[in-house]
Amino acid sequence: MRHLLSAGDLTRDDATLILDTAEEMRSLADRPIKKLPALRGRTVVNLFFEDSTRTRISFEAAAKRLSADVINFSAKGSSVSKGESLKDTALTLQAMGADGVVCRHGSSGAPHLLATSGWMTGSVVNAGDGTHEHPTQALLDAFTMRRHLGSLEGRRITIVGDVLHSRVARSNVLLLSTLGADVTVVAPPTLLPVGMSSWPCTTSYDLDSVLPKSDAVMMLRVQRERMNDAFFPSAREYSRRYGLDVHRMAQLPDEAIVLHPGPMNRGMEISAQVADSTRSVIVEQVTNGVAIRMAVLYLLLSGSPETSTTSTEEQTA
Amino acid sequence: MTAYLITGAKIVVGGPESERVADLLIDNGEIVAVGTNLDTPTDVETIDAKGLIALPGLVDLHTHLREPGREDAETVLTGTKAAALGGFTAVHAMANTDPVADTAGVVEQVWRLGREAGYADVYPIGAVTVGLKGTQLAELGAMADSAARVRVFSDDGMCVWDAALMRRALEYVKAFGGVIAQHAQEPRLTQGAQMNEGELSGVLGLTGWPSVAEESIIARDILLNGHVGSKLHICHLSTKGSVEIVRAAKKRGFEVTAEVTPHHLLLTEDLATSYNPVFKVNPPLRTKADVEAVREGLADGTIDIVATDHAPHPVEDKDCEWSAAAFGMLGLETALSVVQHAMIDTGLMTWAELADRMSYRPAAIGQVSEHGRPLEAGAPANLTLIDPAARRTVVPGESASLSRNTPFDGMELPGRVVATFLRGEPTVLDGKPAR
Repeated sequence: MRHLLSAGDLTRDDATLILDTAEEMRSLADRPIKKLPALRGRTVVNLFFEDSTRTRISFEAAAKRLSADVINFSAKGSSVSKGESLKDTALTLQAMGADGVVCRHGSSGAPHLLATSGWMTGSVVNAGDGTHEHPTQALLDAFTMRRHLGSLEGRRITIVGDVLHSRVARSNVLLLSTLGADVTVVAPPTLLPVGMSSWPCTTSYDLDSVLPKSDAVMMLRVQRERMNDAFFPSAREYSRRYGLDVHRMAQLPDEAIVLHPGPMNRGMEISAQVADSTRSVIVEQVTNGVAIRMAVLYLLLSGSPETSTTSTEEQTA
Repeated sequence: MTAYLITGAKIVVGGPESERVADLLIDNGEIVAVGTNLDTPTDVETIDAKGLIALPGLVDLHTHLREPGREDAETVLTGTKAAALGGFTAVHAMANTDPVADTAGVVEQVWRLGREAGYADVYPIGAVTVGLKGTQLAELGAMADSAARVRVFSDDGMCVWDAALMRRALEYVKAFGGVIAQHAQEPRLTQGAQMNEGELSGVLGLTGWPSVAEESIIARDILLNGHVGSKLHICHLSTKGSVEIVRAAKKRGFEVTAEVTPHHLLLTEDLATSYNPVFKVNPPLRTKADVEAVREGLADGTIDIVATDHAPHPVEDKDCEWSAAAFGMLGLETALSVVQHAMIDTGLMTWAELADRMSYRPAAIGQVSEHGRPLEAGAPANLTLIDPAARRTVVPGESASLSRNTPFDGMELPGRVVATFLRGEPTVLDGKPAR
């Protein structure tokens, strides 16, 4: 694995290796010194063309715990809007010797372009591109579910919300199905892409009928502004039909958990009581995010051919 | 002026049966004679055209020459040079220049630049609305009466979406026999659209451009035109549904003509999987079923013509992320090869039918009497010689265009333009520019 661009590129073995590695990384959090020398001397650039403090600091923490040098490059707000800048930025990073580039971009496919254009040679990690994918989010979600539910084989996982615009949903559907889960996406018809028959999941418009058969429910963030484009009539109506409140939560099986990639619209897609309930693993997702990103950076960067012998000796985590 | 004797070419004259091997004598800008053992002047230059096909000079109804305004992407000179290399002797220059070709002044400038370039005749297309903004009719009459003698009007790139304005435009051009060429794209259904809407757009996370956005405008405009009795032409039709609508309309006696681009005859949406913006175009590449339908439509005459929609863009507008990239593809130098590949080599069309779709009929729609004439004695000597047996690999760097955005990069295609004549003067000889 040279880049992580799409959750769909991962085989079951790849995904399992990442999740298992993340388990080891997570155990590090309980040690007094939370740092490994695995990526010492390697440079990781966080290239964020969109604001995302959570994802950026998660990657930053992950890289630092692996002893990598971290450069944060926030292109938001600068004159970067045209593609030429993506190219120039990539050439700049190449000139500075970036070993890994973590890219968040508003345009679907931008990390793919960085990885395939020949502008730079470093490994590219997709940290969310447009309405396409967000593979490390899916990995951390799967990791969190696995810790609670054990193997995901045959587990029933329900993803609810704005699937049309959600990179989280796309990556999760691909990854969870690879891991053997039965995935159902639930949304109003306006927020599902047309022609989903090739997706490895089933779809439903009715949340109440799906909840009793769910081992995990993932609520997606829904932007209120979508109602201005007639995707749904009002925030209240959305909430009534597709929001998860305590009454709906009561329909879940006893052991079922509730996830949310954040940031939440409390009172919109998820009620405050649900978000703060014992079923909610939302805060844990954040913790696990660091472990997953450590695992991804470690697997992508520590074993590459140009690595010197000293770093191979360090692969003992 | 040098006289030319073209010997042994297979000459495409008219209907499907009229391909014959003969010699062709050109002098004083005209075809003097077609036949064997012709009387030739002593200083005639002979071109051995054995194995070649002589076609009437191709006519493109949809070319973006970018001048004035974007001379970094293309100029009238480079664009017409590319046209000549592609076998064209006439091109219609789209109105979306900067400034927009919405006044007599701009269309006359483009027309004059074409005359000076000398590689192909340039017929400017006038904008339908001021600044392509879709709110106020441009001075269509002034453009029609200008030296450029504009007959085709289009807001191409933008749809004349306002039904009342479209109705008035269709009505107004009746006064001088004009035609409105519609870029059929319902704007509200295509906000932020990036590629064909379907299974793949959902997977790639690129905003969809649904077929219905094209089809609904085509249906509306055919009905509008039926009401007012004018001339309607549909630009770059791309979907199966559009073919069905036009076919049904023609069957019921509605007056409408339509074009398809070479790229919509060959390429499909799955190329977007690479996120390489060289495949980003408007209307977008569609599905295999759509490609089959437009091929069938072109073969049975539902679609009247092939038009290139040659759309040059500078490197930086394509060397970037998909959503930031410009829409459009080069087309002039590859059109004939692509049509041969998609239509002739598949047995869907004859060479005579190709001459009809790429020369006679586009000239008729554009009301250009100098071009699109059968290769007969007395006709202007506008013709092209092609080698149908040749095969070539498309190399963007070899293009005469200032731009490099060909989607056929690296593809091996059949056919090669050997020579092109404009009013008896070679613009291309031995496959190279001759001026």
